[in-house]
Amino acid sequence: MPYLPFLIAFGVAPMLYALDLAFTSSTGGWVGFHNFIRTFDDYRFRPAFEHILWYTGIWLGSLIVLVVGLTLLLHGRANRVSTAFRFLFYLPGALAGAASVLVWLFMLDPAVSPASFLMHHLFGVQLFVQAIAPGKLPGVFAMIAFWTGAGGWIVVMYGALNTIPPDLEEAARIDGAGPVTIALRLKLPLIRKWIAYMAILSFATGTQLFVEPQLVDQASLGMVPDTWSSNQLAYQFAFRYADFNAAAAIAVDLLVIGVVAAVLIVTRTGLFRRED
Amino acid sequence: MRFAARGVRLLILAAFAVFFVVPVLWLLLAPTKADGALVTRNPLAFGNFGQIVKAWDHLDGFSDHIFRVWIGNSLLYAFSATAIVLLTAVPAGYGLALGRFRGRKLVLTVTLVVMIMPSAALVLPIFLELNALHLIGNVLSVILPFAFFPFGVYLAYIYYATAVPRDLLDAARVDGAGEWQTFRRVALPLAKPIVALVFFFSFVADWNNFFLPYALLADSSQYPIQVGLSDLLSSTPSFNPAAGGGGQQVNIFRPELALATLIAVIPVAIVFLLSQRALVRGMLGGAVKQ
Repeated sequence: MPYLPFLIAFGVAPMLYALDLAFTSSTGGWVGFHNFIRTFDDYRFRPAFEHILWYTGIWLGSLIVLVVGLTLLLHGRANRVSTAFRFLFYLPGALAGAASVLVWLFMLDPAVSPASFLMHHLFGVQLFVQAIAPGKLPGVFAMIAFWTGAGGWIVVMYGALNTIPPDLEEAARIDGAGPVTIALRLKLPLIRKWIAYMAILSFATGTQLFVEPQLVDQASLGMVPDTWSSNQLAYQFAFRYADFNAAAAIAVDLLVIGVVAAVLIVTRTGLFRRED
Repeated sequence: MRFAARGVRLLILAAFAVFFVVPVLWLLLAPTKADGALVTRNPLAFGNFGQIVKAWDHLDGFSDHIFRVWIGNSLLYAFSATAIVLLTAVPAGYGLALGRFRGRKLVLTVTLVVMIMPSAALVLPIFLELNALHLIGNVLSVILPFAFFPFGVYLAYIYYATAVPRDLLDAARVDGAGEWQTFRRVALPLAKPIVALVFFFSFVADWNNFFLPYALLADSSQYPIQVGLSDLLSSTPSFNPAAGGGGQQVNIFRPELALATLIAVIPVAIVFLLSQRALVRGMLGGAVKQ
């Protein structure tokens, strides 16, 4: 299988090498948890983790509440209107990565934003630098991630809801259940697995945040630090200080989160096939 | 009462539609206006087509046509990596689904875990590894990691495990075909639907990736367009007043940046909008149908 060399070279080996670096010094000697402790004690470590936890928390909350809510609303009356809305919600997914960040830098610049009146009156923001003030960033990044990703999840959840046999819904209706009862008592439990999958996956992805704060840092004249997220901090350790052991220690912290989340999804949700 | 409920429902849906669509509309309209008009005119007004041409001339003139180079790089990286993905993922999925060999379960589990964990988690470890091997700054340091695409393997695996009857392959073997012949003559022609799906996901993932090329490439002439966009952002005075000063006039303003963003997403947007269903199947991670 020609696939195996790739799996080893770019999947397994980097993880093992990062582990090796994280537990050794620059001269190669074993140092135990020293790299983890000294990066943990770095003054930028805790803020970075707090930032990504805030961001991930806001994003997860909005994903779960709004994606599930909107899906149930859309599924209440399946018709052409519902199809059109699903498509509109899904549209921004075409602008992923750096493109979505640039779009929102424009949206957050009161000088050109179509929502500038909202920004003035609701948030008291007059200038671009106020819109990307450090305290607002977790919410801003959560909004960008929600904007690009929510529509896809809505389509997924909607698809999962469509697998519910129609006679089940019919039976509930005959028993006198209204649309709200059907949505909460019948539909919601049936998509629980997908909600769990979305939540775990998004949590793991959220902790890896890099491109958004990196671009905002460039557009903020250094007001937003280039070590805003944990991955950025690891990147700076590697690139600015050539301290590969410290970079590896933080990379391992993040790898552990990613691997644990992946293992949870594989073994707990039953959504992935491993058997014949 | 029912009427009111229906109205509230539509109102909520419409409000969210505005949130999702207006930024896209703004982006489509921005290159039709000059930078000054972006500030003074209605944000969703249409300017004129001549302005798009002007914006393109500025963008194309930036740094000796480097924008074209970035697009070319993106195409090169995404296409060559995806070609390798197809060559490796289809036989691997076939082997994992229908082969019997030691370590099969282990390879499958590791593939699944790496596929689900966020790819950004592996960027710095890959950087550290390739740095130790002195491969940083080489184009291959982007293409080869891109060519590792466990999701493609899983898609092929699911396809062979569920959609291809084992009897068909057994029949071929009874007819005297060897393992290689069975794969080449029976299994491979059956893989057509999966090839399209794997191609699509791999291409989109490579095209949109920012972090890996950002970390592994040093020279801006090697950048793919996603990283190039960050270069343009640094050169746009409204986001970075230091740019354009010092006598160096680069002519990159908001309309140029918006146009660059639009062009950068065109290839992905086309496939993305044409294949909503395929993409959703991907978000389900090729998961087993309930």
